[in-house]
Amino acid sequence: MSPIITVAAKEFRDGLRNRWVLSIAVIFAVLATGLAYFGSAAAGQVGFTSLSTTIISLASLAVFIIPLIALMLAYDGIVGEDESGTLLLLLTYPLSRWQLLCGKMLGHGAIMAFSTLLGFGSAALIMGLFAPDISWAELVVPFSLFILSAILLGWIFIAFAYVISVSVTEKSKAAGLALVVWFLFVLVFDLGLLGLLVGTQGDVDAELFPYLLLLNPTDIFRLVNITYFADQQLSGLMAIAEHVRLSTTSLLISLLVWLSVPVVLALALFNRRTL
Amino acid sequence: MTNIVELSGVEKRYQGVHALQPLDLVLQQGEVLGLFGHNGAGKTTTIKLILGLIKASAGSVRVFGQDPTLSESRRERHQLGFLQENVSFYEQLTGLEVLRYFARLKGIQVSECHRLLEQVGLKVAAGRRVKTYSKGMRQRLGLAQALLGNPKLLLLDEPTVGLDPLATQDFYHRIAQLKEQGCTVVLCSHVLPGVEKYIDRAMIMGKGAVLAQGSLNSLRQQAELPLTLNVKGTDLQLPQDLQARAITLADGVSLKLSLQEKMPVMQHMLAQAGVTDIDLHLPSLEDLYTHYTRTCVGHEMEGML
Repeated sequence: MSPIITVAAKEFRDGLRNRWVLSIAVIFAVLATGLAYFGSAAAGQVGFTSLSTTIISLASLAVFIIPLIALMLAYDGIVGEDESGTLLLLLTYPLSRWQLLCGKMLGHGAIMAFSTLLGFGSAALIMGLFAPDISWAELVVPFSLFILSAILLGWIFIAFAYVISVSVTEKSKAAGLALVVWFLFVLVFDLGLLGLLVGTQGDVDAELFPYLLLLNPTDIFRLVNITYFADQQLSGLMAIAEHVRLSTTSLLISLLVWLSVPVVLALALFNRRTL
Repeated sequence: MTNIVELSGVEKRYQGVHALQPLDLVLQQGEVLGLFGHNGAGKTTTIKLILGLIKASAGSVRVFGQDPTLSESRRERHQLGFLQENVSFYEQLTGLEVLRYFARLKGIQVSECHRLLEQVGLKVAAGRRVKTYSKGMRQRLGLAQALLGNPKLLLLDEPTVGLDPLATQDFYHRIAQLKEQGCTVVLCSHVLPGVEKYIDRAMIMGKGAVLAQGSLNSLRQQAELPLTLNVKGTDLQLPQDLQARAITLADGVSLKLSLQEKMPVMQHMLAQAGVTDIDLHLPSLEDLYTHYTRTCVGHEMEGML
């Protein structure tokens, strides 16, 4: 068996054993069903809301929680092994550094993918079975797209976590940096962009502005899910993107680009890490 | 005989600090080397160089005839066993699971794990989580890990820490067995009582330099440490030149002798009628270690004061 698979399989089994898979899946399932059922509670009614409302509000909540979970899952991937001494030992085994790192990322990626599929998938199942106004046919495509983009978003932040994990020597420092990364991508970037928009009084080229959203994977994730329901009235920062409609495919591709950057960076940094 | 390890003129500098002075070391198949020194003496750096975990700043490192830092020599690593100091294995896994993971990575039959765990005396605890293991049990698990796949080169850093005397004996027996099978072993340690019998050569290091290297006998000769001869009996007649140096005990005398004096004095004493018992103490490894490191550490202490 390839050492990559061996490492990944161990990582995945660890995820099952210490209940990461279960907790992530439960959180996602509760989040999705909760939003679907109580999504219109503010409007004074309880019951399943429309699919578009559900997915859009789900996307804007998941954008906070998925990066956080991914960072928490993987921040100690390398630095944790270094602290316990097993990293040194593993590197004396017949496997190379990139194989070890790829195996670990693959394992954590599998945990993320599996629990996302399980969590949101079961929510979709509940909606399909119990929501009176939602048919299976209209449910499948947007939910698949949502799950796919959610998995990609999770992977991107797992890769970020590994960039952090290979560059520091203490677990606590990695945890701190993970929090900073989350804060920057999830909160600060959008605030900055809004500030820029308001500050320039809309003077920035309307054609250029939507592309600025591509600089943040969390915004791409939201765009993927929002643009699917083209007829919806967009609000907030996402309204900027209305001028330039990016296709779903190109958005997914830009997520893949976002995934490859931290993966390559983590590999390069890990190769240079001194022991 | 093949050279398993060859270091020639190897140096290591970390950001200007000379972690290792030029070092030469040749290890042949079936040799057991004891590597002794204080913390920061350069033991771990030497081990890491042999393992190919770090690159030498100067000189050449050859393990199994290849530069261990090259990716091609990665294949040779299944012939290598290593246990470092202070390793804590995956606590949430059982001992057997930990060993199985490492066996898979080494490309070894997983069935070997049971046998190894039995050998290190962890058979009963194999199904328990490492979290519940005592320090000695963890150390034994580490040893089982190092012994996976019958390595040709075994590098052990502080292997007997936390082992009880019986387990330590077992461990040394195992080393002797491996040596018989042609395994080359490097035992890295502060001084180990009882290790003398099992090592062919000792290398004593201090502040990144080799202070002494050779068999215990040659080290004893170089060090010219006195041996102690305790003679019991009544009416003892000492040679003229020894009378001043003798310490009188209740039931005899104690003499400090050089190696050259040993035989003549022994013969002289044995020829006497009043002698009832003779005790001979050669300088131990610990004495040698103290002798060779004293000068080195002495300077350091002066510096600190």
